[in-house]
Amino acid sequence: MTWPGLSLFSLPLAAANPADSFLERAPLLLRDLLTGALPDPWRWLANSLIAIVATVVVFASLFAVMTLAERKVLGRMQNRPGPNRTGPFGVLQPLADGIKMLTKEDIVPRSADQVLHLLAPITLLAFSILTLAVIPYGRNLVGLDLDASVLYFFAAGAATELSVFMAGWASRNKYALLAAMRALAQLISYELPLLLAVVPVVMLASSLRFTEIVAAQGSWAWGFFPQWFVFTPWGFAGFLLFFTASFAEANRAPFDLPEAESELIAGHLTEYSGFKYALFFMAEYFGMFALSGVAVTLFLGGWNAPLPFLTMVPSYVWFALKLFPLLFFFIWVRATFPRLRMDQLTRFAWKFLVPLALINLGTAAFWSLTTGWSGPLQLVRWAIAVTLVVGPFVVMGRRLSAGVRPRQYRYA
Amino acid sequence: MSLFPAPSPSGVSVRPVNDEFHGDLLEISMGPHHPSTHGVFRMQVTLDGETIVKLKPVFGYLHRNHEKLGENTTYLASMPYTDRLDYLNSMTNNWAYAIAVEKLAGQPVPERAEYLRIILAELTRLLNHTCLAGFLLQDSGAMGTPLMYAFREREKILELFEALSGSRMMCNFQRFGGCRVDASPAWLAAAQGVVDAYGSFLDEFEALLTGNEILMARTQGTGVLTPQLAINASVTGPLLRATGVDYDIRKVDAYGLYSRFNFRVPLGAHGDTYDRYMIRILEMRESIKILQQALRELPAGPVMDPKAKLRGFRPKAGEAYGRIEGPKGEIGFYLISDGSPNPYRYRVRPPSFVNLTILEDMCLGQTIADAVIILGSVDIVLGEVDR
Repeated sequence: MTWPGLSLFSLPLAAANPADSFLERAPLLLRDLLTGALPDPWRWLANSLIAIVATVVVFASLFAVMTLAERKVLGRMQNRPGPNRTGPFGVLQPLADGIKMLTKEDIVPRSADQVLHLLAPITLLAFSILTLAVIPYGRNLVGLDLDASVLYFFAAGAATELSVFMAGWASRNKYALLAAMRALAQLISYELPLLLAVVPVVMLASSLRFTEIVAAQGSWAWGFFPQWFVFTPWGFAGFLLFFTASFAEANRAPFDLPEAESELIAGHLTEYSGFKYALFFMAEYFGMFALSGVAVTLFLGGWNAPLPFLTMVPSYVWFALKLFPLLFFFIWVRATFPRLRMDQLTRFAWKFLVPLALINLGTAAFWSLTTGWSGPLQLVRWAIAVTLVVGPFVVMGRRLSAGVRPRQYRYA
Repeated sequence: MSLFPAPSPSGVSVRPVNDEFHGDLLEISMGPHHPSTHGVFRMQVTLDGETIVKLKPVFGYLHRNHEKLGENTTYLASMPYTDRLDYLNSMTNNWAYAIAVEKLAGQPVPERAEYLRIILAELTRLLNHTCLAGFLLQDSGAMGTPLMYAFREREKILELFEALSGSRMMCNFQRFGGCRVDASPAWLAAAQGVVDAYGSFLDEFEALLTGNEILMARTQGTGVLTPQLAINASVTGPLLRATGVDYDIRKVDAYGLYSRFNFRVPLGAHGDTYDRYMIRILEMRESIKILQQALRELPAGPVMDPKAKLRGFRPKAGEAYGRIEGPKGEIGFYLISDGSPNPYRYRVRPPSFVNLTILEDMCLGQTIADAVIILGSVDIVLGEVDR
């Protein structure tokens, strides 16, 4: 039996082919170092375990960093310092929060459904972690390279809303019940535009596998223009649709209706305390990571570098560099916008996002039919596609906000 | 039971009872512990889905016998108690009470004191409306940012109050026949600085959210109050003017020296939540004009009538009602004197309490999310509602 880890030191730091460089292969090498000596079926099991542990550990620590970052950024945007008492610049705040959450009493209402009340946070977290498994974080970094990983992702993602409903129902609290109602309505409304926004990508990449979708975006036109889907008219529209709908999927402001603080106190979280509450919190952040990660994978080129010579930077770094601005955007929006009302939320989905996503499907079909057009025809192709994207947006946007406008006031 | 329920006073017809076809109504007690009831206030809400079919405001949790206390203390000793009515706006409460007592005793007020009172009242209006705008946007879900910006500006005004009266919120500043202390030139310069910067703060604040589509969609057309209902319920203040009724006591009574000042009264046309928000923003801009003029024209002289008597103050028997345009509406004090050191009857006319009575009419047929911002736009302070 060979010991593959031995070859680790013989690799060049920068290779002619970026896929061969040491930093790019480091995750694989590390894995082989740990499990290479095991016999085959055991090795597979150990590899899977390593993938699971790595995913959970990395995202749990990202969650800790993110809670601190969110509070700091929100604080700055709201012209206050944010947490700054625990450790230098408040960096130990997540630790303090964790200890607090763990030592708090876990209160279950006497009339609550004890089993469901316990199950809800666990299933929510489980499904959130499942969604994280299929995203390719780097060239060699994908937990589970499924054939139909796109379908898998959305199936697992939709199941998280079920847990929110479970929590709301099991708490036997009227606010929680209203939140559960809202969560279901939101799920039905926003799962559709979310999926429809992804279909063009699947059409153009002709694969349901995330890794192949990333590979389809891995080249550069004229040697410098990345062929990411977001740089096409249909891809740009799809990205915006996907990202808007993912705000609703992740229960983030301005679509955070299930836990609308000023109306429903804490919505489905009203009757949760201590560690169960922390689990909900964690799962929501995991959902946000997963949706941002998929947005990066589907539209922003995944782990591909923006310019050819930048491939010497490892792919997972590029993934992170694309992920963080999206996460920052989540915080930024949260600090800015008021919340929609429930009927406006559903109307926004059904009358605006879904029709636009359907039209975008047609745009993508046109785009894939006209791949052969070149020269001046290329300009015509762009013009038609841009019109197909912008035209409906303007028309339907006008209809959506009819009757809502700033007013002039008279004086006595 | 009639098949078609009678429309409510606000014209919205709602389903009155549970029946098998429509399913059950859900009764929720919002408050007294709720993030957006602005204190210990409770709304007993009956919901059909998310639509409100019945809303009963419940208050009295903060009742502390204010009016009876007023009968059992001397006139002057009631002044600090008025601070605690609407604890955001102690300066205007003081002024309204001082006006009532001055009417009762026929007590004149020096010119400088009248100017100082107008300056403090308009600063209070800025403070109150800024807080309200911040809280209203917070209630509509804007996650603290507008509120924090509003509180930053409020703090500047509170610092002015503290420098002048010794207390940020419980100012206890007015006396019968003038003000307690005079404003120093340094204080006036500081006030001028705050007033000068306020316009640009309002621009910044409005740039953040006033034209925001979500905010407009949330507030336009929700919580409509008709002028007829507003007048019948004796609603006053920005709430009334948002319905388009031109009634501002600063113009109607021209109390103090308001007749000398140039300012306009903004009027709404729809009476909805957006109008109530915008009227306050526009009123703040008018207040800035009044403040600029008052600070420019402030005359020299005493701030207290030298003949005014504070200790052993016994107005002759009679009655008087003094009122001013407070930031929330007409705040008035009704006093009956029997010639003794204490008033025989001491009655407060609180704007929040009267304005709150039409809450159900504004909320019927709206959703629970709207009820929260409608309550926010009414602008209540429970210290004043419950007294």
